[in-house]
Amino acid sequence: MADNKIGNVWVFIEQEGGKIADVSLELVCKGRELANRLGVKAEALLLGDKIDGCVETLYHYGCETVFMAQDPRLEPFTVMPYAKVIIGLIEKHKPNILLFGATMKGRELAPRVASEKLAGLTADCTDLQIDDFDDKVNKKSYKNKLMQIRPAFGGNIIATIVNTWDDPQMVTVREGVMKLEEPDISRKGKLVKVVPELSDAETVIKVIERVRQEKSVNLKGAQIIVAGGYGVGGKENFKLIQDLAEALGGDVGASRAAVDAGWIDHDHQVGQTGVTVRPKLYIACGISGSVQHRAGMDESKKIIAINTDPHAPIFSVAHYTIVGDLNEVIPKIIKAFKAKV
Amino acid sequence: MSYTILVFVKQVPDTQNITGEAMKPDGTVNRSALPAIFNPEDLNALELALELKDRYGAKVVVGTMGPPTAVEVLRNAMFCGADECVLLTDRTFAGADTLATSYALSCCVKKIGSYDLVLCGRQAIDGDTAQVGPQLAEKLGIPQIGYVEDVVDVSSKKIVAKRTIEGGYEILECPLPALLTVVDANEPRPMAARRIMKYKRARTRSELVREHADANYTDAEVLVAEEESLQRKGLLIQEWSADDVDADHDRIGLAGSPTKVKQIQNVVLTAGEAKQIEPSDTGVNALIHELIADHTLG
Repeated sequence: MADNKIGNVWVFIEQEGGKIADVSLELVCKGRELANRLGVKAEALLLGDKIDGCVETLYHYGCETVFMAQDPRLEPFTVMPYAKVIIGLIEKHKPNILLFGATMKGRELAPRVASEKLAGLTADCTDLQIDDFDDKVNKKSYKNKLMQIRPAFGGNIIATIVNTWDDPQMVTVREGVMKLEEPDISRKGKLVKVVPELSDAETVIKVIERVRQEKSVNLKGAQIIVAGGYGVGGKENFKLIQDLAEALGGDVGASRAAVDAGWIDHDHQVGQTGVTVRPKLYIACGISGSVQHRAGMDESKKIIAINTDPHAPIFSVAHYTIVGDLNEVIPKIIKAFKAKV
Repeated sequence: MSYTILVFVKQVPDTQNITGEAMKPDGTVNRSALPAIFNPEDLNALELALELKDRYGAKVVVGTMGPPTAVEVLRNAMFCGADECVLLTDRTFAGADTLATSYALSCCVKKIGSYDLVLCGRQAIDGDTAQVGPQLAEKLGIPQIGYVEDVVDVSSKKIVAKRTIEGGYEILECPLPALLTVVDANEPRPMAARRIMKYKRARTRSELVREHADANYTDAEVLVAEEESLQRKGLLIQEWSADDVDADHDRIGLAGSPTKVKQIQNVVLTAGEAKQIEPSDTGVNALIHELIADHTLG
């Protein structure tokens, strides 16, 4: 390791219609923390069209530099032109770390970039730290590497992964796990405009039709979530879950089983293929609690689980366990709460 | 015109249905006790390939990289409708991360030769990375479409596919050859009884050799004749090593993997200090009282 000047920490900024994705801002905050630890800069990669409005926000959250590639061919998002622009920037500036959100876009784009750069890539991290690494097998030691921490094997193990090849160390990071710090509007930064060099080879994919709706519910910010699972038993019965949520001033969540059964919209799904939440109170009703579901809610401050099966895995993460029929228990909770307030 | 569709699949431990028997006394998972299954979304990829075969006419070639026992998923693919299968197996492939895996698969594709489409499941349930598909596309230098639900149309030069995006869907048009990763949006067909009768006799060369050894046959000519006979009947499963696909040994297995595992921690499932609440009015009242008192509610 002759070269002791290390590169900066980069965050790929995901935006839709000029609105930055929450996960990207979470990663800017985390990226700034990592950059401070390493004594380097936190910098953003902003690609798309009509995205000038995003730049100031990125400064406020802590980016010292924003690399902005603005071009109609970068909207809407498609993988190949994005990968081309990012590879070009990596070759030129040699970042040390590159963070992507583990969103649909991030998980499609990051591997394409990593493959071309011959860089390691760890998917769906839930924590990132800086530490040294002794590779005992190859008898090499590395200073100040990115510890890429992620669940694997269906959530049954937590692995710490290290990238031992040349930079950048690339990861995708799960939404909602890194803390969003308060922006500081006095922060300033430097804008570097990037002219994309795109050929026909990267723009072969044509978007013929695109249908998108904003989510009907934003569970990420919810303080109280009442979630229903397969044990709710039917679409009509989901009204009970809604009633409880309404009474407590909370939002409705669901397990994958309830969503797959068609009882409630996917926007409400909590877990590995849905949203990761960390509310003050999470009430799991008729949810058995697969590892995939628990991964999305086990950091809630207080968890109440209601289930008829005393051996349901959900009870392993609950603070309060109620073994009983939700059809009887929920009305009792509503009644008790209304009587108290 | 008929298409050649390659489908890459993986045999995985069934991490989604972990029963008590696979749990060790300390609450961690005994990974070796999990049954090996056909990765669920790879079945969706195979189904999409077979639907395209039904609609447009195609040869469906299924490949997997794994230990010799992974041949089971290939036979399953034949029972469902695959025309040919390739097992990529070699000790030197072991320990591969997604980069080394995608490189090995790209060598396999090059040996297969010409193709129109490559299909992969979105992700495998043992690692949940969803990286090998996009990385394989890059290695092959072809465009990729992720999260495909269905194919709207295929013509000689291009494919139109519907795919999921956050909060909706997109219809994309892409020139061939291309790689698609497929999500759980179709209903994989069951194995066909007639195909099971025929393809249960499908073998790799190593399996033939082993069967001969078990039966104390020593005649090499019989073995060759049998292999040729299987080949003629479409019952020979190709078995390729790293050298067979001309893979650079520095780019496969552990040597070709930039990511190293520093540490593995088992997630221990034990009951915490949970409070048992009786499902009665008294129990629920006390609970609500406590939650209001500590400002969780109200």
